[in-house]
Amino acid sequence: MSAAVWVVIAIAALVVLIVLFVWGLYNGLVRSRMQVRESWSGMDVQLKRRYSLIPNLVETVKGYAAHEREVFENVTKARAALMSAGDAKSAAEANNQLTSALKTLFAVAENYPQLRASENFMQLQKELSDIEAKIAYARQFYNSNVMSYNTKIQVFPNMLLARPFGFTQADFFAATEAERAEVRVSFEKKTA
Amino acid sequence: MTIYDHISANRRRTWLLMFLFVVFVAGVVELIALALGGGYIAGIIVLIVAGLFVAISYYSASSLVLSLSQAKEVKHDENPDLYHVVENLCIGSGLPMPKIYIIEDTAPNAFATGRDPRHATVVVTSGLLQKLDKLELEGVIAHELSHIKNYDIRLMTLVVVLVGLVALLADFMLRYTWFGAGRRPSNRGRGEGMAGALILVVAVVAAILAPLAAQIMRFALSRGREYLADASGALLTRYPEGLARALEKIAADKEPLEVANKATAHLYIANPLKGHESWANNLFSTHPPIEERIQRLRAM
Repeated sequence: MSAAVWVVIAIAALVVLIVLFVWGLYNGLVRSRMQVRESWSGMDVQLKRRYSLIPNLVETVKGYAAHEREVFENVTKARAALMSAGDAKSAAEANNQLTSALKTLFAVAENYPQLRASENFMQLQKELSDIEAKIAYARQFYNSNVMSYNTKIQVFPNMLLARPFGFTQADFFAATEAERAEVRVSFEKKTA
Repeated sequence: MTIYDHISANRRRTWLLMFLFVVFVAGVVELIALALGGGYIAGIIVLIVAGLFVAISYYSASSLVLSLSQAKEVKHDENPDLYHVVENLCIGSGLPMPKIYIIEDTAPNAFATGRDPRHATVVVTSGLLQKLDKLELEGVIAHELSHIKNYDIRLMTLVVVLVGLVALLADFMLRYTWFGAGRRPSNRGRGEGMAGALILVVAVVAAILAPLAAQIMRFALSRGREYLADASGALLTRYPEGLARALEKIAADKEPLEVANKATAHLYIANPLKGHESWANNLFSTHPPIEERIQRLRAM
C-alpha cells in the first residue's frame, strides 16, 4: 500500500478517536448536569414542604397573638418570594429571608405561654425543625453535586467543549451562618 | 483510590467470590468422588447445584441474614425519630430510603445488608437506640449508608452465605467427626470400615476448609472498607465526633450480641463477639481495632 493510503487511515483513526472522546465527554457532562437538576428537585420538595406548613403555623400563632401584624406579614411575604423564586440563587435568598422571619415569629411566640403550651403549636414546631434538618441535608447534597459539575465544566479539556455545548455554571444554594448554627442547636436541644 | 475504584473493586470481588465458590465446591466433591472410585457425574451435578445456590444467594442472602439475626422491620410510625434520622441522611447522600430493621438486644451494634442501594436494609439493635444520643446515632447510620453507597453490602452479605456458612459448617463437621471418631467401637466389619473412612475424609476436608474460609474472608473484606465507611460517613454528617463517640460507647459495652456469629460478625459496625475472643474467633476477625478508628475520626 502506498503512503497516501496510510495517511488516510491514520487521519480516519484520529477522527474516530476524537469523535469517541467528545461523545464520552458530552455524555459525562450531561449526566453531571442531570445530577444537579435532580438534587435541586430534591431540595425543592423540602422547601415546598416547609412553605406548605407555614399558613397553618401563622394561623395557630394568630389565635393567641393576633396583634403582632408585622411578624405575620414578614413571614407571608418571605413565603410568597420563595414560591415565586425561579432559580437556586433567588430561592436561597428567599429561603434565608423566610428563616429569619420565622425566627422572629418564634421569638414572639416565647411571650405567649399559652401558645407555647398548645399541642398544635408544639407539633408544628417539631415538624418544622425536622423539615429544616432535611433542607440542610438536601442543600448539602445539592451543593456537592453543583461543586462536582462546576469543576467538571471548568477543567481542561472539558472547558473547550462545555461552553459551545451550552453547559453553564450552576448556582450554589448558600446558607446564612445563622441558619447553619440554628440547625445544629435544634439537634442539641433534642438530645439534652 | 477513589470511591468509584472501590465500587468496581467490590463488583469484581463479588463475581470472583461467586465463581470461586462454585469451582471450589464442585472441585472438592469431584475429588472425593474420584478418590472413592466414582466418575464425573457427581462433579457436574454439584457444579449445577452450586451455581443455582449462588444465583439464589445473590437475590436472597440479605433476607437470610435478616432472619438469622432475628431482625424485625420497623415502619415510620413505630419509631419516627429513627426513621427521620435515616431519611435525613439519605437526602444528604442522595440514596433511596432503605428498609429499617431492629434487633431486640441490649448490646449496641448495627449493620447494613442488601444487594444494591435500591434493595438495602439498615439494621440497628434496640440497645444502640437506648445508649446513643441523636448525634451519635447519626454517625452510625451515616457509616451504614456509606456501606450501602459503596456497594460493600453486596459483597459482605454474600460472604456471609458463601464463606461464613461454609466456615460454620466446617466447624460443625469437625466437632461432629471428632466426637464421632472417639466414640466409635474399634472393629465392626467392612461396613463400619467404609463409614470410618468417610468420616475421616469429612474430617480432613473440614480441617482444611475452616482456616481456608477464614483466610478468604479476610482477603475479601479488607479492613480498609471500615475506615472508608467511617470517613465517608463523617463527610455526610459533617461531624466526625458523633461517630467517634458512638464507637467509644460501643467499645465500652462488654455485652456480646447473642444473634451474631462467626458468619455474620463482619457485617457489624463493631465486632459483636465480645467476651468470646478465642483463637477461632480472632481468626475470623475482619474489624480494624476500634481505638485506631476513633483516633482517625478525631484527627479529621
